[in-house]
Amino acid sequence: MGKYIVRRLLQMIPVVILSTFLIYAMVFAMPGDPTAGKCGERPCPAAYIEKFNAKYHLDEPLPVQYGYYAKNVVQGDLGENQYGRPVAEELSERFTVTAKLAVMALIFEGVIGILAGVLAGLRKGGFIDNLVLISTLFVISVPIFVTGFAAQYFLGLKWEIFPALATGKDPSLFSLVLPAMVLGSTSLAYIARLMRSNIAENIKSDYVRTAKAKGLTPRRVVGVHTLRNSLIPVVTFMGYDFGALLGGAIVTEGIFGINGVGGYIFKGIQNRDGIAVVGAVTALVIVYLLMNLLVDLLYGALDPRISND
Amino acid sequence: MTDKTTAQGATPGGPGNDEADATTTRAAVVAEAADGTSRSLTADAFRSLRRNPFFWISSALIVIFMLMAVWPSLFTTYDLGFNDLSRSRETPSGAHWFGTDTQGADIYTRTVYGARASILVGVLATTGVLLLGSLLGLIAGYVGGWVDTLISRLGDIFFAIPLLLVGIIFLSSLQDTPTLLGIPIQGYFGVIFQVVLVFVLFGWPSLMRLMRSSVIQVKPNDYVQAARALGATPMRIIRRHVLPNAMAPAIVVATINLGAYIAAEATLSFLGIGLRPPTVSWGVMINDGLTPLRASPHILFFPALFLSIAVLAFIMLGDAVRDAFDPKSR
Repeated sequence: MGKYIVRRLLQMIPVVILSTFLIYAMVFAMPGDPTAGKCGERPCPAAYIEKFNAKYHLDEPLPVQYGYYAKNVVQGDLGENQYGRPVAEELSERFTVTAKLAVMALIFEGVIGILAGVLAGLRKGGFIDNLVLISTLFVISVPIFVTGFAAQYFLGLKWEIFPALATGKDPSLFSLVLPAMVLGSTSLAYIARLMRSNIAENIKSDYVRTAKAKGLTPRRVVGVHTLRNSLIPVVTFMGYDFGALLGGAIVTEGIFGINGVGGYIFKGIQNRDGIAVVGAVTALVIVYLLMNLLVDLLYGALDPRISND
Repeated sequence: MTDKTTAQGATPGGPGNDEADATTTRAAVVAEAADGTSRSLTADAFRSLRRNPFFWISSALIVIFMLMAVWPSLFTTYDLGFNDLSRSRETPSGAHWFGTDTQGADIYTRTVYGARASILVGVLATTGVLLLGSLLGLIAGYVGGWVDTLISRLGDIFFAIPLLLVGIIFLSSLQDTPTLLGIPIQGYFGVIFQVVLVFVLFGWPSLMRLMRSSVIQVKPNDYVQAARALGATPMRIIRRHVLPNAMAPAIVVATINLGAYIAAEATLSFLGIGLRPPTVSWGVMINDGLTPLRASPHILFFPALFLSIAVLAFIMLGDAVRDAFDPKSR
């Protein structure tokens, strides 16, 4: 296990370095003027361009530039937005809201997705199975911003079951319920489908038949022998899906006016604030990479076959 | 396509001196178990596809959307540029089936014309990802060694960044750039090129992994060794043995991804960094419908409906093809 952790950590390092390099290259090494649009409609004055080039070391070769940038990121400096405020500081203020939203979405998609998947997988071809298959197909097909507006319009504005917006510095948990459901909806569908196929496959396996033959109660056969083994891929999926959740958070927080990291990126795009957008997205990518590492390590602990090879 | 090599009847358990026969042996056994007559996996899969209503529904929808993309005026009576400000934000009526938007333009017409951007992005991005991913996967799996390591690790790096996030970075940093490597990247086709480029650039690893694992699975088989011993070139081995075995899963994943790319393009346009007005696309129209959402939800509803149906059609088709080609699911 120790060897496995070390190997995964070592594999992770080049991926983090090179993927952040890719992001950096996309922003600063593209043809064209990196200061375009930073001074409104007019081109920037020469003094500003000079200062900008010096600040981001744009006169140096690309790897050196990246070195400075990486040093800054490691030290928690993600640049300054249009208003001259450090992006990292603004993100740290908004992080708790997004974390709350993401955790609520994970709980929602996990609980309901697994439940629906188990019910569908136990009776493959039955009514619940077909219901789950068809409804998940629809949920997967509708893009998240459409789901978001539909939910906001019907549940928030028309029937007033949930608050339609969750603005403010510290929105209440109740006002985050609707955004969390929207955010988790696509993943919920995937989890339900994954769980369904795992259950349907595992229920036919030898160890489940043995458990039944031993005379164990159906509750134990399903709850312990089938469910536990079927859960492993679902846990992995939920970890890897975190990236989609972060991307979805940009849209969801934009729709519901939530002041989280996603809402920050959403506003940054609309105000054409390049540094703010790139800084915040870079932070999200790093969080995502760390999350993947965590899942890999967790997976190694859950399934001994992985860490032993 | 794949049925060229596998559609001929095969003798199960035969000596395998004919290359095509050997490829189909496994498939033929599966088919024969069903009703005693000899049929290849591909023929069998197409048979079960033909009986699947979802396959027909999704194919019909895709054909309609393709027609809309190629020849939108076939469906509409109004001109794309038509608008009548005195009839702003009208609800659906006989004259305007989907109502009119803020500018008084016919929403039905605009929605039909909007299909082109989505279909173009979906088809081009999927083709690009399929070609690049399959090629690199074939090379990685077939050559092996350090080439495999290099391609696989490269794939890890591109795979590590979520598509929507990288799309945002890429498009927002190219927003004011007129050309990329001498290619104009603004305007309708320019922005579509940008979107396709970022999807291909960051979408290939999933197809590469799929192809690579198929190649590695097929390579040690006896019939491949036999073909090589008989002096078949790598090209021939890949064309006759590897591709027929690996194409089905790749096409399934690519079809499902096509729907995902359409959704991602609309999301980027909706966020304001993909296509922009006056270009007509579903994402742009949904963005337009935001402000009057409360009073006139129909402006947002119809493009959203078309977008969802288009994505649904491709995912449904992918699902149907997978069920047909995956014997386990039967």
